[in-house]
Amino acid sequence: MKKLISLIMIAAMLTVFAPTAFAAPPAQEGQDYIVLAGDWLAKIADKYLGNPYSWPAIMALTNQKHLADSSYARIVNADLIYPGWKLYVPSETEAEAFLATYDKNKPEMLYAAGPKGQLVVGSWWTAGGEAEGLAEMFKIYKEKYPDVEIVNATVAGGAGTNFKAVLKTRLIGGDPPDTFQLHAGLEVETYSPEQYLEPVDDIYASEGLEAVFPADLLSLLKYNDHYWGVPVNIHRSNVLWYNKAVFEANGLTPPTTFEEFRNVAETLKAAGIQPFVMGTKDGWEAGHIFEDVLAGTLGAEKYKGLWTGATPWTDPGVTQALENFKMMLSYANPDHSAHTWDSAGEFLIAGTGGMMIMGDWTDGWFTSKGFDGYGWAPPPGTDGIFVALSDSFALPKNAPNEENARNWLKVCGSLEGQEAFNPKKGSICARTDCDPALFNEYLQSAMVDWSQDAIVPSVIHGAAAKESWVTDYKDVITLFVASGDVAAAQAGLQQACVDAGVCQ
Amino acid sequence: MRRLTWERVVSILLLTPSVIAIAIFVYGFIGWTAYVSLTKWDQLLPDFTLVGLRNYQKLFANQRFRIDLRNTVVFTALFLISCLVIGLVLAILLDRRIRGEGLFRSIYLFPMSISFIVTGVVWRWLLNPGSAELGSTGINSLFDSLGLGFLKTGWYTDPKIGIIAVVIAATWQMSGYTMALYLAGLRGIPDELREAARVDGATEWQILRHIILPLLQPITLSAVIILGHISLKIYDLVVAMTGPGIGFSCDVPAYFMWDTTFRGNHFARGASIAIVLLVMVAILIVPYLVYSTRTEAEL
Repeated sequence: MKKLISLIMIAAMLTVFAPTAFAAPPAQEGQDYIVLAGDWLAKIADKYLGNPYSWPAIMALTNQKHLADSSYARIVNADLIYPGWKLYVPSETEAEAFLATYDKNKPEMLYAAGPKGQLVVGSWWTAGGEAEGLAEMFKIYKEKYPDVEIVNATVAGGAGTNFKAVLKTRLIGGDPPDTFQLHAGLEVETYSPEQYLEPVDDIYASEGLEAVFPADLLSLLKYNDHYWGVPVNIHRSNVLWYNKAVFEANGLTPPTTFEEFRNVAETLKAAGIQPFVMGTKDGWEAGHIFEDVLAGTLGAEKYKGLWTGATPWTDPGVTQALENFKMMLSYANPDHSAHTWDSAGEFLIAGTGGMMIMGDWTDGWFTSKGFDGYGWAPPPGTDGIFVALSDSFALPKNAPNEENARNWLKVCGSLEGQEAFNPKKGSICARTDCDPALFNEYLQSAMVDWSQDAIVPSVIHGAAAKESWVTDYKDVITLFVASGDVAAAQAGLQQACVDAGVCQ
Repeated sequence: MRRLTWERVVSILLLTPSVIAIAIFVYGFIGWTAYVSLTKWDQLLPDFTLVGLRNYQKLFANQRFRIDLRNTVVFTALFLISCLVIGLVLAILLDRRIRGEGLFRSIYLFPMSISFIVTGVVWRWLLNPGSAELGSTGINSLFDSLGLGFLKTGWYTDPKIGIIAVVIAATWQMSGYTMALYLAGLRGIPDELREAARVDGATEWQILRHIILPLLQPITLSAVIILGHISLKIYDLVVAMTGPGIGFSCDVPAYFMWDTTFRGNHFARGASIAIVLLVMVAILIVPYLVYSTRTEAEL
């Protein structure tokens, strides 16, 4: 403000003394200038640089400043500047240096073009809140780098299966997008990072990301001592959703142990309500529920150990987890293979189903259905454990527009980017400094848990293990849901671990 | 040696592009897939170390694949039988020169013009069993309202009969096509033959059994070939209708191939499944091709 006033004073003085002052004292240093009514570029150039023909220097250097700091104006038309705009008036040496190279026939020099070309962003966010969130981030990117054309290369399909098939073909074929969506964690191993990806440690350093992500997340993101992607959001896998009205009518509270789960389920069953609803049509949902049962039975440390070899799959805890899961399945709707998770969720909305376990995208889905009678709690045994999954963006080797992709990753990691993206997507920020006021009630509670719970990786969503292991794990659980054979399932899980090269 | 006339040059020139394209894009890639199936390629990064037949060994020991093979056999057998029987019966009925034949023909043929994806979604809803607590849906609720509740089953959610539910949908779609094939065959049988049989005192059943069915043999053979290769390769119907199903009761090799290749990155395993599928189709089709080229040569 002071600066502004003094500038106005100077300007006023100059006006008063203009007739007598032969020329304004030329500026020694480059300085900021706020446009006043009645200004034009040549006039400012005359005043500060002693030559009206020096105006291209002001225009070009102001545009240059704008790239790094958007408080500077972006001058598109040299004849059109507005009062209140902040310009940069260069020092005489700066101006001379520019004018020496300036060529009138190359007007593009005036625009100090920032990055140009394309940015091809590959993701599986095609619809609903996630597509809106992506569009918000595109908007921020576009403001910063207006000359870059963003190409939204999405491929529809749940959990990204179709997208990944396309992506793998493009990576192997040497035709990668500039950046693509990747579940944070060990999914990166799928892409043979040393071969196909570029580490992004320098972005973590320049943007100070290590200070704003929780330590548990950072250790999850590191693979072979490098970071391979920048996370934009966090979802929670272990949430038990229940119909509040149904629970109140039967005098129930959400179960915190498996024994309580059985009691609650029995009460609901006696009341003629399907205690536990689930859908397994797409093949991954049972594996999703089972990972939460594993975490709830084994606890955070032993659960984490399953994926590093520290906890053997032959552990009696795994047997117990399978037994617990079997008990829960006995209360599930028998036609679960006919349903997807959301079509099963309809029963919960209708009040004919009591509880379901699904990730916290369910919150956004309930909202989109206009249903607000739902409550949430950690599934049995997982109080104080946050089974997390996260979407990140990665940088492939030989990205055609690498510079643009790096700028994109900076937007992904920035506070501004995450605050724009996550309320739309219905997830919480990977950063811990987002403003809670932007989020709804459920997400606010998840933000609190995120900052204090033990964070463990989700399997089925690619954080804990590489994809080949995940598909084997999923197949074993699919068989188990039908057969209920605990011993066979445990042997199968052990075999999957051996095939993955983690267990002996 | 025949002389190289202008016509021969032109025909060779015109054929060359498609011969080259087929050589590369069909046979070349079959060869490539066979090669991949013998390697160790088990992650995104290709690894072409040859491991012999180990992938096949492991594949046939894989529980999911065994279930898939059983499903394919059950599916193919039931699908062929039901399509042929329903198609033949419909064709014989329509061949009575009834009124509105054109209309019926279109109605029966119509399902074939629908994509398997649409069929799958519709039949997923129709055969969705519901549950005791949540009430019956689809065909089960029809049974309920007709007082035929004892007929209710879990359809594709029942691990024992899951694949049969898929057969029902596939039969609905393809039996009209079989009918059209048979109808064309029936129309090709000259009336004189039937007349002669009637004069000789044959009953309608005897005419059907000893004259019509033997004459329809080539049609049956083509129908078996066409339906057989559809059923061995079935994929889209399963994706839209059931997914792999409970305990893989509706899973088929083509679905497993996609899942294991593009989700699990087991590229070599996926390639071996593809080759197994190719061999199964070849077993069905090659004898037919040999047979038909021979007959052509005789003509």
